Amino acid sequence: MSSETMTIFSPQLAARFDALVAKYPVRRSALVPMLLYAQDEVGYLSDAVIAEVAVRIGITELDVRNVATYYSMLRFKPAGRFNVQVCTNISCMLRGGYDLFDRFQDELGIGHKGVTQDGLFSLEEVECIGACCWAPAIQVNYDFHDDLTPDHVPAILDQYRAKAQSEGKAAHA
Amino acid sequence: MADVTITVNGKKLVAPAGALLIDVCRKAGIEIPAFCYYPGLSLQAACRMCVVRQEKVPKLQTACTTQVAEGQVFITDSPEITQARKATIELLLGNHPLDCPVCDAGGECELQDMTFKYGAGESRMVDVKRHRDEQQWSPAVYYDRPRCILCYRCIRMCGEGMDVWALGVHNRGASAVIAPNGGDRLDCEQCGMCIDVCPVGALTSGSYRYKTRPWEMTHVATVCTHCSDGCKVTLGVRQSSDGAEIIRADNRDKSGINGDFLCAKGRFGFDFVESAERLSKPLVRNAAGKLEPATWEHALRTAAAKLKEVRDARGGSSIGVIGSNSTTNEENYLLQKFARSVLQTNNIDHERTADFAAFAHALAGHPGRAASLRDIASASAILLIGGDPTNEHPLLAWELRTAVRINRARLYLANTAQIKLERQAKAVLRLPSGSYASLPAYLGGQTTSIADTAFRDALLAEESLVVLFGPEYRGEQLNALVQWGLARPAVRFACIGAHANSRGAADMGVLPHRLPGHVPVSQPGAFAAEYPGMPAAPGQSLPEILESAARGDLAALLVVGANPAANHANPTELRNTFLIVQDIFLTETAALADVVLPATSLYEKSGTVTSTYGDVQLVKKASDRPGTKPDFEILVRLAGAMGVDVKTLVPFGNSAVTADLGQSRGAQAGEADRHAVWLAARGLEPKLSPFDPLAALDEIERLVPAYKLDRLNLFGGNDAPTEPGFVPVSSLTGPDVIQPAHDGLFTSGSLGRYSESLKDLLRHQSPAVAETAAD
Amino acid sequence: MPRLVSHPDEVKIVTRRFGQGAANIDRYMELGGYEAAKKCLAQGPDWIINEMKASNLRGRGGAGFPTGMKWSFVPKQSPKPKYVLVNGDESEPGTCKDHLIFLHDPHAVIEGTIIAGLAIGSKLGFIYLRGEYRYLLEIMEKAVADAYAKGFLGKNIFGSDTEFQIITQSGAGAYEVGEESALMESLEGKRGVPRIKPPFPAVVGLYGGPTVINNAETIATVPHVIAMGGEAYAAVGSPRNGGTRLFGVSGHVERPGVYELPMGYNLKKIVYDVAGGVRGGRKLKAVVPGGSSTPVLLPEEIENLGMDFDQVGKAGSMLGSGGVVVIDDQTCIVEFALRTISFYQHESCGWCIPCREGTDWLKKSLTRFHAGFGTAKDIDNIQYLAENMLGRTFCPLGDAAAMPTLGFVKKFRKEFEDHLNGKPCPFAKHTEMAIV
Ligand SMILES: Cc1cc2nc3c(=O)[nH]c(=O)nc-3n(C[C@H](O)[C@H](O)[C@H](O)COP(=O)(O)O)c2cc1C
Ligand code: SF4
Ligand code: FES
Repeated sequence: MSSETMTIFSPQLAARFDALVAKYPVRRSALVPMLLYAQDEVGYLSDAVIAEVAVRIGITELDVRNVATYYSMLRFKPAGRFNVQVCTNISCMLRGGYDLFDRFQDELGIGHKGVTQDGLFSLEEVECIGACCWAPAIQVNYDFHDDLTPDHVPAILDQYRAKAQSEGKAAHA
Repeated sequence: MADVTITVNGKKLVAPAGALLIDVCRKAGIEIPAFCYYPGLSLQAACRMCVVRQEKVPKLQTACTTQVAEGQVFITDSPEITQARKATIELLLGNHPLDCPVCDAGGECELQDMTFKYGAGESRMVDVKRHRDEQQWSPAVYYDRPRCILCYRCIRMCGEGMDVWALGVHNRGASAVIAPNGGDRLDCEQCGMCIDVCPVGALTSGSYRYKTRPWEMTHVATVCTHCSDGCKVTLGVRQSSDGAEIIRADNRDKSGINGDFLCAKGRFGFDFVESAERLSKPLVRNAAGKLEPATWEHALRTAAAKLKEVRDARGGSSIGVIGSNSTTNEENYLLQKFARSVLQTNNIDHERTADFAAFAHALAGHPGRAASLRDIASASAILLIGGDPTNEHPLLAWELRTAVRINRARLYLANTAQIKLERQAKAVLRLPSGSYASLPAYLGGQTTSIADTAFRDALLAEESLVVLFGPEYRGEQLNALVQWGLARPAVRFACIGAHANSRGAADMGVLPHRLPGHVPVSQPGAFAAEYPGMPAAPGQSLPEILESAARGDLAALLVVGANPAANHANPTELRNTFLIVQDIFLTETAALADVVLPATSLYEKSGTVTSTYGDVQLVKKASDRPGTKPDFEILVRLAGAMGVDVKTLVPFGNSAVTADLGQSRGAQAGEADRHAVWLAARGLEPKLSPFDPLAALDEIERLVPAYKLDRLNLFGGNDAPTEPGFVPVSSLTGPDVIQPAHDGLFTSGSLGRYSESLKDLLRHQSPAVAETAAD
Repeated sequence: MPRLVSHPDEVKIVTRRFGQGAANIDRYMELGGYEAAKKCLAQGPDWIINEMKASNLRGRGGAGFPTGMKWSFVPKQSPKPKYVLVNGDESEPGTCKDHLIFLHDPHAVIEGTIIAGLAIGSKLGFIYLRGEYRYLLEIMEKAVADAYAKGFLGKNIFGSDTEFQIITQSGAGAYEVGEESALMESLEGKRGVPRIKPPFPAVVGLYGGPTVINNAETIATVPHVIAMGGEAYAAVGSPRNGGTRLFGVSGHVERPGVYELPMGYNLKKIVYDVAGGVRGGRKLKAVVPGGSSTPVLLPEEIENLGMDFDQVGKAGSMLGSGGVVVIDDQTCIVEFALRTISFYQHESCGWCIPCREGTDWLKKSLTRFHAGFGTAKDIDNIQYLAENMLGRTFCPLGDAAAMPTLGFVKKFRKEFEDHLNGKPCPFAKHTEMAIV
C-alpha cells in the first residue's frame, strides 16, 4: 500500500502505517492509533487524511468518520502548533486547575478550543490526563507539565516559543 | 433447538431454547415495549425499554438480549418496571422537541404511544433543549436530530438489511448524531427503509413530509406497479377535489412476502398517477389529422366501428393486438379473449421480457418444481444465473440477502458480470461472456469451456436447490437448463422477467401461440368451445405484427398499456394501420394513434397480478382519476359498441348472486375488504356488473388449472402461488422474441419517465453511485 | 516528571523497582526481572492459576474481580486464538498509578502479560495505553523491542518452543474505552461502545477469541505474586484481599502521591499520616475513596475504614481504582459534583438512553443550580434522575455517574439548599465550565 500514488502521508508515516497494519490479526485494528499518528503529522484529520486512511484500511470514509468522531483527542480543524491542554478535573480543580486555565486564557488571549492568530498555540480545557497526584497538570501536545501554579504559565509558553524558533520553521497553519 | 418451559407473569410458556425473551413474550401476546429492538436486525440493548425482572437476578434485564432457558421465571409488568420505562421516556423527552402537532410521525410515533402508555405527562426538565437544524440528505430523506432517539434502527436497516451501509453515527454521548455517507448528503439506493423503521419523526420522507396526518388518509393495501417482484404496498390516500390522491406508499402492516421492504420505486415512484401529463379525455384523430378530445361514446364508437369493419371486410388476421405487462390478469385474460373470439385473431402478443412460455413448457407435467418467492426466501441453497437483482429486482435481492444472513442459506452465483450480491455469495462462477448456453452441460458434469469445477461440486452437494434465471435463457436453452434440474431431486426454478404483470400476461395467453395457461393454440381443447370464432392457427408475434404493419398488411392495431413505438417500431411503420391505444399517458405509441382511450393505472383499479415468481396477489383500487376508465371496462365497452353480447365475454351475474356491498367503493372502503373475505369464506362472490373483474377471475380459475387459487388467502391480502407445470405435454414451438427490460433502481419503463420523484432521485445520484448502486 | 513519594508504612512490592532505572531491560533483570516468567514456563498453566488463586489478587481496574478465577474461566481448548489484553486506559479521575508503572517498570507489565499468556494458552498479548500517554507508550514500545531482542518475546520465548508476542496500542481519548468490552471494540478499530454481555470476554472476546483483560497494575503485580508465592502475597493483605495496592492520593493533602500500602490499610491514616494531612491545616470535608465514580465519604465514615474491596463496599462506597481524592472544608460540593458529572457527560459513549440523556440532564441541572438558579425541586429531581439511572444503563458508566451524584445529594443536601433561589455559591470562583 505504500506505493499509493496520491498519498498525502509522508514516507515515514506511510511506512509506519504499513508496519502497523501488518502486525494485527485484523487490519482495521490499526485505525485508532493511525488516525492519531496521522493527526500528529498533518495537524488535524482533514478530508484527505480520512480518505487516505479509509483506502489504506479498506473501509468506507463514513466508517472512518464514525470512529474518528468518537475519540476526543482527534480533531477535524487545525489546532495550534502547540496544543495546550489544561486538566480541570477534580484533582486538578482542587489544586487550582481553573486558575491555571484562566491564566492561559489571559496570556494567550484565547478561550477553550481557541487558536492564537500566529497559529502557534491553541488552548483546551480537558478531562483528567492521569496526573492527579501531581496536580494541577497540563499537556502541551504530548509533554506533561505538572505541579503548576499560574505563575509558571509565562515560562512554559516561552519555552515553546523558543522551541518553535530553534526549529526554525514558520508556525504551521 | 429443544423446547424449554419458562414462566412469565405466572404463565408457563414453551419456546425453543435460546429464543429471545422479547420474541417469546410477543408471540404469547405479552407486550414488551422497545425502541431499538427490531426483528431480524442485530441486537443493541440500547433503549432499555424492554427491561423485565428475572427471578434471582439483581438487576433488571433487557428482554431483547435475554435468551430463554429451562425454568427461568420472569415478571414483565410491575410498578418497578413501569417506573423504569417511564423514567427512560422522561429522559428521552428531556431533549425531544414536543413538535408532535407538526411532526410527520404524529399519530404513528412509537415515542408518542409509549408516553401515552407509561405517562410522563409532566416534565421535570426545565433547562434548554439541545437544538440542531434539520438536514436534507437527498430528495427522499430528511433528518431532524432533536427528534432522533438514537435507536440505530436506520443504521442497521441500511447496513444489515440493505447491505448499503450509507448511515453511521458520529460523535459520542449527547452529541451523537446519525450521519450519512456523503458528509451532508446520502449516496445510496434511496430505498427509504431508514424512514420506514424510524420509530419517531427523525427521518422523514421528501415526498410525504408536512403533507397530511396519518389519520386523514385511507390506507389501501395493493401491489406495487413497478417491477415484477410483487411487493405489497400500502397506499395512503386522501380525498381531494378531483377524486382521491395518493400521498404515501409504504408497507406499514408488514403484510406480504416483502414484510416491511420497499425499494425507491415502490416507496416514492407512485407520483406518476398525479402527473400533469395524465390522459383524462379520450382523443380521436380528426379530419385534419390531429388528435382532439372526444367523448367516451364517440371514441368508443369510432374504434368499434373500425374494428368491426376491418374484421368483417378483411378478416381477423388483419388485426393485431398488443397487450400489457402492467395491467391485471383479468384485463389480460379479457383482452386475449376479446381478440380471439370477437376480433377473431391470434395476432396477439406483448413485450416479452422473459420466456415464460418456454418455462411453462419445460416444467409441463412436473408439479412442485416452480419456486414461489416464499420458496426462494426459505431455500437452503440458491443458484442465481445472470442478472443483477440489487438493481433490477430489489425485493429478490432483499430476500436473498436475508436468506443468507438469517437462515444461513448458501447463495451461488454464475454471472458474466460482477454483481453486488457476490458479497453474500458462498461461491461465484465467473462466466466468459456469451457462455450461459453452456451452463446446463457444465452443470450436468460435461467438459465445457468453464474450468471451475469446484463450483459445480459444491452446488451438486446441495440436497435441494432453487435455480433463478432471467432472459438469458429462452426456448431450447431454457429447456435444457430445466431438464438438468428435473433430472435431480429437489431442484426448483423461477424465471425472472420485468414489469408488474409480465408473468400474468404470458399466463393469461397474451401470446400468439398460447392460450391461457399456455395451452397451445393448435390444440385448444376446451377453449375451442369457449372462444367461438377463434382461428385455428397461431398468430403473429409482436415483431411480426409490426412487420406486417410496415408492409401495409395490418389494417388495425389495438395496443393496451404498451409502448412498442418507443421500444420496437419505427413510427412510420404504423402509418397505414388504424391504431387504437389504451394508456395512461400520451406515449410515443399513443401519439400515433387514431383513437386514444385514457386508462387508469394499476393503483386505480382492482383485480389480480402475478409476480414473476408466479405469486398471484390482489390489486385494490386506491385512487381515482377523473375521466379515465380501467382497461377492463374499456374492453367491455368496446365489445359492447361492436354489438357483442357482453355476457358471453364476461360471465357476470350467472351464479349464486348475493350482493355486492362494497366492491365498487374502492379507496373509501375498509369494510369492503372485510366484506370480500366474508363472501369468499362462504363460497359467495359479489358479481353484479359486467365491469367486475372478479367475474373474469371466475372464468380464469375454471379454465386455467394453475390459477385455481385459494381465494380466502388471496382476499385476505396474501400471495397465492400458482403452478406453471400444468401444461399438457406439447412441443416447444413458437417464437421466443424476448427483449429484456433492464430497469434499474430509479427507472420503470415508460412509466418511470412520468415520476418526478424517480427523476429527482436519478439526478441526485452521483454518476459513480448510480452505476454501482451505492456499493 | 511525576515525583515519587515514600512513607515508612509502605510495603514495596509492585513499586520495588521504581526509581531504579528498571525501564532498562538489563537493570530490570539485575533486579530479578523475568525470573518469574521463566518459572511459569517451567511450571505450566495449572500451577500458575493455582498460585494466582492462592494470592487473593483482585483486579486493580476497579471492580476487584479475583484474577486467578478470571483466568480459570478461559476455556482450555478453543478453535479461535486466545488473547491477553492489558488495560492501560487509566482514565478514572483521581487515578494515575498505571502512569508510574509504565514509566518506572515497563518490563513488569510485559512479564505479567507473558505469564497471563502462559496461564491461558495465548500467543498474543496487547498492551493498550490511553492516547494521552504517548511518552509512556514510547517507553513501553522500547521495552517490548528489548524483550524481543533478548528472545523473551517471539516464536520461542526463553529458548522454549512456546510462542508469545506483544503488540502495544494507543487510544485516542475516551474514558469509556477503559470498560473492557469497549476496549476490545477500540482495539478492533471501532467506536468505543461496549458489547452486550454475555458472552463474557473470557469466552468470546477480542476478534471473537477468548480473552483475558486485566488492569496494568494487576498485570504488573503478577510477576511479584509468582516470585513471592501466592500465599505469601495473600498474607500481606486483608482477608480475601491479597497483597498491596497503589493508592493515588490527590487533592487537598500535604503530600499527594502514589503510595503502595497493604490492602485493608486505614483510610484516615492515609489522609492524615501517609499523605501528611489536609493541606494548610484545614479541616477535612470529605474523601472520595476510589476514583471519581465512588460515592463520597464523610470524615466520620473514614475513621475505622480499612481500604479493601469488602470494607469500603460495606461503608457504602467502593475501593474502585484506588484514587483517593481529599476535599477540604473550603470546597463547594455542588461545584465538585458538577465537575464530576461534567466528566461523565463528556465521556458517556451515548449508546444507551439512561446514560446519554441522564448525564446530560444532570450536568444541565447542576450547572444551573451552581450558578444560583436552582429550586428545591431541582434537588429532588437530581436525586430522582440518578436513582433512575442506577442499574439501568448498558454498562457501568451510567452507575459511575449516578452513584457519586447520589452520594453528594444525600450527604450534602444542606449545602445544595444553600445554593437555592438566587443565592450565590458560598465558595466557588468558577461558575462556568468550558467543556461541552
Ligand atoms: C466506564 C468504565 C471505565 C473503566 N476504565 C478502566 C480503566 O481505565 N482501566 C482499567 O484498568 N479498568 C477500567 N475499567 C474496568 C474494566 O472494565 C475491567 O474491569 C478491568 O480492566 C479488568 O481488570 P482487572 O480485573 O485487573 O481489574 C473500567 C470500567 C468501566 C465500567
Ligand atoms: S432495550 Fe432494549 S434492549 Fe431492549 S429493546 Fe431496547 S433497547 Fe432494546
Ligand atoms: S484530575 Fe487532573 S490529572 Fe487527574
